[in-house]
This record gives sequence, structure tokens and C-alpha cells, in this order.
Amino acid sequence: MNYMNLTSDPLIFGLTLGYVLAIAVPLIIAVAMYVWWERKVIGWMHVRMGPNQIGPFGLVQAFADVVKLLIKEIIVPTNANRFLYFTAPLLSVIPALAVWAVVPFNQGLVLSDANAGVLYLLAMTSLGVYGIILAGWSSNSRYALLGAMRSAAQMISYEICMGMALVCVLVLAGSLNFTSIVDAQVGHQGLFDWFWLPLLPMFFVFYISGVAETNRLPFDVAEGESEIVAGFHVEYSGSVFALFFLAEYANLILAAFMVSLLFLGGWLSPFQGWHLGWLSISGWWWLFAKFFILATSYVWLRATFPRYRYDQIMRLGWKVFIPISILWIFVAGILKYFHLVPMGL
Amino acid sequence: MADAGEIRSYTMNFGPQHPAAHGVLRLVMEMEGETIIRIDPHIGLLHRGTEKLAESKPFNHSIGYMDRLDYVSMMCNEHAYVRAIEQLVGIEPPVRAQWIRTLFDEVTRILNHLMWIGSNALDLGAMAVFLYAFREREELMDCYEAVSGTRMHATYYRPGGVYRDLPAKMIQYKESPWHKGKDLKRMNAWREGSMLDFLDAFAADFQHKVDEYEELLTDNRIWKQRTVDIGIVSPEQAYALGMTGPMLRASGIEWDLRKKQPYAKYAEVDFEIPVGTHGDCYDRYLVRVNEMRQSALIIRQCVDWLKKNPGPVMIENYKVAPPKREDMKESMEALIHWFKLFTEGFSVPAGETYAAVEAPKGEFGCYMISDGANKPFRVHLRAPGFAHLSSINETTKGHMLPDVVAMIGTYDLVFGEVDR
Repeated sequence: MNYMNLTSDPLIFGLTLGYVLAIAVPLIIAVAMYVWWERKVIGWMHVRMGPNQIGPFGLVQAFADVVKLLIKEIIVPTNANRFLYFTAPLLSVIPALAVWAVVPFNQGLVLSDANAGVLYLLAMTSLGVYGIILAGWSSNSRYALLGAMRSAAQMISYEICMGMALVCVLVLAGSLNFTSIVDAQVGHQGLFDWFWLPLLPMFFVFYISGVAETNRLPFDVAEGESEIVAGFHVEYSGSVFALFFLAEYANLILAAFMVSLLFLGGWLSPFQGWHLGWLSISGWWWLFAKFFILATSYVWLRATFPRYRYDQIMRLGWKVFIPISILWIFVAGILKYFHLVPMGL
Repeated sequence: MADAGEIRSYTMNFGPQHPAAHGVLRLVMEMEGETIIRIDPHIGLLHRGTEKLAESKPFNHSIGYMDRLDYVSMMCNEHAYVRAIEQLVGIEPPVRAQWIRTLFDEVTRILNHLMWIGSNALDLGAMAVFLYAFREREELMDCYEAVSGTRMHATYYRPGGVYRDLPAKMIQYKESPWHKGKDLKRMNAWREGSMLDFLDAFAADFQHKVDEYEELLTDNRIWKQRTVDIGIVSPEQAYALGMTGPMLRASGIEWDLRKKQPYAKYAEVDFEIPVGTHGDCYDRYLVRVNEMRQSALIIRQCVDWLKKNPGPVMIENYKVAPPKREDMKESMEALIHWFKLFTEGFSVPAGETYAAVEAPKGEFGCYMISDGANKPFRVHLRAPGFAHLSSINETTKGHMLPDVVAMIGTYDLVFGEVDR
């Protein structure tokens, strides 16, 4: 595709727009369904029912909530910086959606098969923190400011762990392209060909950092409802709040996809090379199955864990995860240099 | 750094509308970053003048107000007030009534501690425990309803005994679109017999339920990080700050009115007092959890005694206790007693007294002066939460904001009693 002529050629423009919508709209619907699933699972874990009134099994509940949020009044606090107050949710939702441009769903099924895909992903997810900082700052509320400060420090330190974990994957795969990373996990030993095995500590670091990056329990100090009420978005209501909500869950879904792609072989079958008939055939359904299990595990964490204190999260990030990641970069380098891990077929 | 200008601490307002404020607590906090320099608790937003109200009404009209003080340990409040009246009048309730009071004091203790464990865990982010605790609270609330007709504000203890004997049949769930078939049968499994059978089954099973909560919290590393060494109260401090109940016992002082100054039938039941060692939030958590286990044991002993020994539950002194309904149809005397009691109440000999019970939160006491009239001259209620809350500056200074939330959780504050 010739990107230079994107605006000059109406056909390519229309086609690209169609691709974008084909990803963004299902994503937004996925967020709604994920919210429903989360509430349902937490409900079961809490010996209650969860949403069950609107639609069959309460399926329409999330959409009803969206409608409610859209028709609610947006209250702007006095002395808030109006420009930044309204820019912040956009700054948080735009990267959360834009990042999906490089996420592949199957072999060749990707909007932009960019060679620097991982770099683009890192850049986009890092931008998300600006939305949170600006939201906290522009709200003219001390609770929001505290939440923003916590969130900024937390996301920046966990981005370092995440980056380091990514470096390990890149060292093994030798590429910044997501499709190539998944291709590097092809093999004959089923799920033991994937990167989670040689990079086991990094798999956990990346998984936990993903939870921390998205401000979810047990790392939800940025929202910490019992301490700073709702943190950075305490002053937001209605549709601007809905944007933060959308961004948070889109990022959560992204985190689950990232773990699946980088460590769990993406769309590869866990029985690849074992000749088990249709079970050994790789395809997008495996990616979504992995995503579903991971996403449900995030819900499980939320249902059971208490919340860390802010300084404890920092300690975990800087004193445990970052040293482990630095160490494992060397391990990954050694594995690669001496060809101890088979790289694809 | 001198050129950077003056760095000042800032004040932050916490509550009264705050998810962790446990009602209407308002804290004005002076903070440096997230560290607390000074905390100033503001109270009084739930003040209803209970003491003054009690002084304006006949003695037996105020029992219901006591329920509304600490509205998660209702019958223990009643117990203190009713005991003060009994001490002044010089009456003693029948043995069975005393056993029933012991039983329901412990039911109340479990009710309160369930509320505490749920809200404390919720404050620290663990949502599940809250709902598990409320599942059990529901069962005990049903016991309240079975004896008094209401789930919370029971007015069950009366001067001279309790309102009525325990019901012979436990209330059962009825069939509904949501609960039917197997589900309904499971819910009613313990409810086939009397209320005592139900409580026995509940108390026997309750240890497993406590295990469930403990599994989620006790060895959880995050829970420990959030509670160990937070808000340490030394034994000397605990004395100086007027702490009672679990707050005192977690600091290592074995003081429990049920053992030291036994009332009702506590001298005859067998139980232990859990005591902590460090006086931090984690110890207070352990003390309360173990108190729940002990309460379940006491409940079983009370059930045992009550099953074997039927008898009256109210004294037959018709100056303070209403006569039987049937008697009123026949006897002029009974009708006059009934009328006098429910209009004028009863007069209490002049004097003063202090009656205290070991409420779930600490020592709940009632100081009462009578001038010989049918209304108390002065009622003062000693609420444990009031004394505890006043120590918040000492216990949380230098901690971080989330620790304040953990500390409020272990104080087990209920504003009904703090503000009175």
C-alpha cells in the first residue's frame, strides 16, 4: 500500500478507513462485552448474580450503561482548565485505539504490518499516561492530582519492566514485527516452542506489568476508590468519563493480546506439530481463546486481591522486576547466541 | 534547595462523603505528598442527641434508641442500658433470659465482626470478603428477625429479661421465581427445626466460613504488606488513649469485661480471649477473627443450655415487666399494671450507676442517674468508638494516605455511637 498517496487516492483512503472501522468498532463492542463478562464473573465469585436484568443474561447491560453515560451531563469543576480538561480523555482514548493498527489477528490479518510494530506499540501506550496526568492536573482537585501523580510514577516504572521484557522477546525473535515474532514461535513441540518457556520470568513480569500498566487491582492505586475515591477521573462524568473507561478496557484487552502474541504463540495452536487433526491447525481462534483466558484471569485478580500501597508498587517494580528483567536480557542473549532455542521452522 | 521557594504541606479534606469514611467521618489532613503530618477528625454529623432524648422519656422507652447507636452491634448496646436500669431498680432477670442475652450478645459480636472484616477488606481493595461476610450476616439477621420481628433495631432486651422466648420454629425461605427446588431446599436445610437448631448448625459451620475469609487474607502477602506494622499502638499508649476491646487486646493487654467483670452468664461459658503482640493492624485483624471463632463456640454452649432448660424469660414483677396478655382479659390488676407501664413507665429509685458490657468494639457503658422519677435524670453513654477515633492523630502520624484507610478500618468505627 502506498502511504504517500493516502489522501490523494480516494479508493485507498476509503479502503483504509474501512479497515480502521473494522477494527475499532468490534473493539468497542468487545470492551462492552468484556465489561459485562467481568461483572458476571466477579458476581459469580462473590456469590451473587451480576447483571441479569437487561437483555438475556444481562448482555445488554453494558450498552445500557454507555447510553446512560452519553446522556448524562458533563460537569466541569470550577477553575478547571477547560481546554486540558477536555483534551485529557481524548489523549487517553486515541492512543488506546490507535495502537491496534499493528496488532495482527492472524497470519497476514493486520492493518499495518509495520516492521517497527513493537516500537509503535510502545510509543502509543506511553502516550496514554499524558491523558491521565492532564486529567488529574486540569481537574483542580487534590484527589485527582494525587491519583495522577501515582499513576504517572507507576506507569512509567512499569513501562520500563515491560520494555525490558519486550527486549528479551525481540532478542529471541530478532524482529520488531509482530507477525515475525509469532512466526519465530512456530515449531514441532506444540506450546513448548513458544517464548513463555525460555522467558518464563519475563512472561510473569510482562503479565503483571500489563496489569499495573492498565491500573487494575491489585495495582489500581491511581483510582484506589477507598483512598482517593476515583483518582484522576474523580471529577469526570458522562461521556468524558466514558472515554477514560473505554481507554482503560481497550488497554486491558490490548495487554491480554500482547501476552498472547509475544509469549503464548499468538494464533499458533498449542498442539502445533503434534498431528492431532484440527486441534493442531493454527488460526485466529487460538489467539482469541488465549486472550479470553488471560482476560478472565485479570477479572479473577480483581475479584480476590487487596490493593497494594503506592510505595509498595514502586518497590516491586524497581527492586524486583527491573533487576530480573535486566538479568534476563543477558540470559536471552546467551540463549540466542548459542542457538539454544529453536527459532521458527 | 533554598532557592526553590517555600515548600508547604497542604491540607486535604477526607469525607464526610468518602467511600472509606464509614459513614460520616470527616478528616482534615495535613499532608506532605502522601505522608500525613497531622490528622484532625471532625465528628458530630450524625449527632441525634440520644442521651438527651433518653432523659426526656420514661426509662423503658429509650431501649430502641440504643439499637441505633452502634447500628451493627445492636443488642450489646441494649444490654448496657438495660443492665443500668436493672442495677438501679435492683432486679435480676431469670436465668434463661440471662443465657439468651449471652447468646445474642455473641450473635451480635459475630454480626459486628463480619461487618468489620468485610468493610476493612473492602477498604484495602479485597472485594470478595465483603460479600462473603454479608452472606453470613444474612443468616444471623434472620435470627434477630425470628426473636424480635426486625432485622436490625431489635429492642429485644427489656429491663427484667427479654421481650419473649425463643421461637420454636425458625423462619424459612418461601418459594419464589429466584429460589426454588434444590436451591430452596439448600437454603432451608438448617431451618427445619427451631431457631436454636439453626444457630447450632450455623455456629458449627461458621468455623469453615471463617477459614474462607482467612484463606483470602491471613497469608496473603499484599494483605500483610498493607497491615503489618501499620498503626502500631503500644500497651502504654493503648491505656493512655482509653482504648478497649480488640484495640486494647491487640496491643497485648488481656482485658475483657466478659472475663474480668462477668455479666449475664459469661462466667459459666468456656472461652478464650485472643490477645495480640504488636498492636498493629494485622494483630487487630487476627484478634477479631479469633474472636469470631470464640463467639461461635460460646453460641454452641448457650444453645446447649437453652435447649435443656426451659423457663421464664421475664421477671414477674409487673411494675417493670408487662403482665400476660391473657391475664389482662380477666384481671383488673393486670390491666392497670399494663396501662401504667405503657403510659407512665416505672419509677426508679434515686441513685446512680454505671453498667458496662464488652460490646464487639470495646467497652460500651451506660452511666445513669435517677432522681426517683420515671425518667432518668442523666444518661451518659460511653462509646468505644469515640475514644478510639480520638487517637487517630497519634496512630497514623507519619503514615501514608492508604494507611489511614487501613487504620480507619481497624478502628471499626460506626458513627451512630461516635456521634450518639
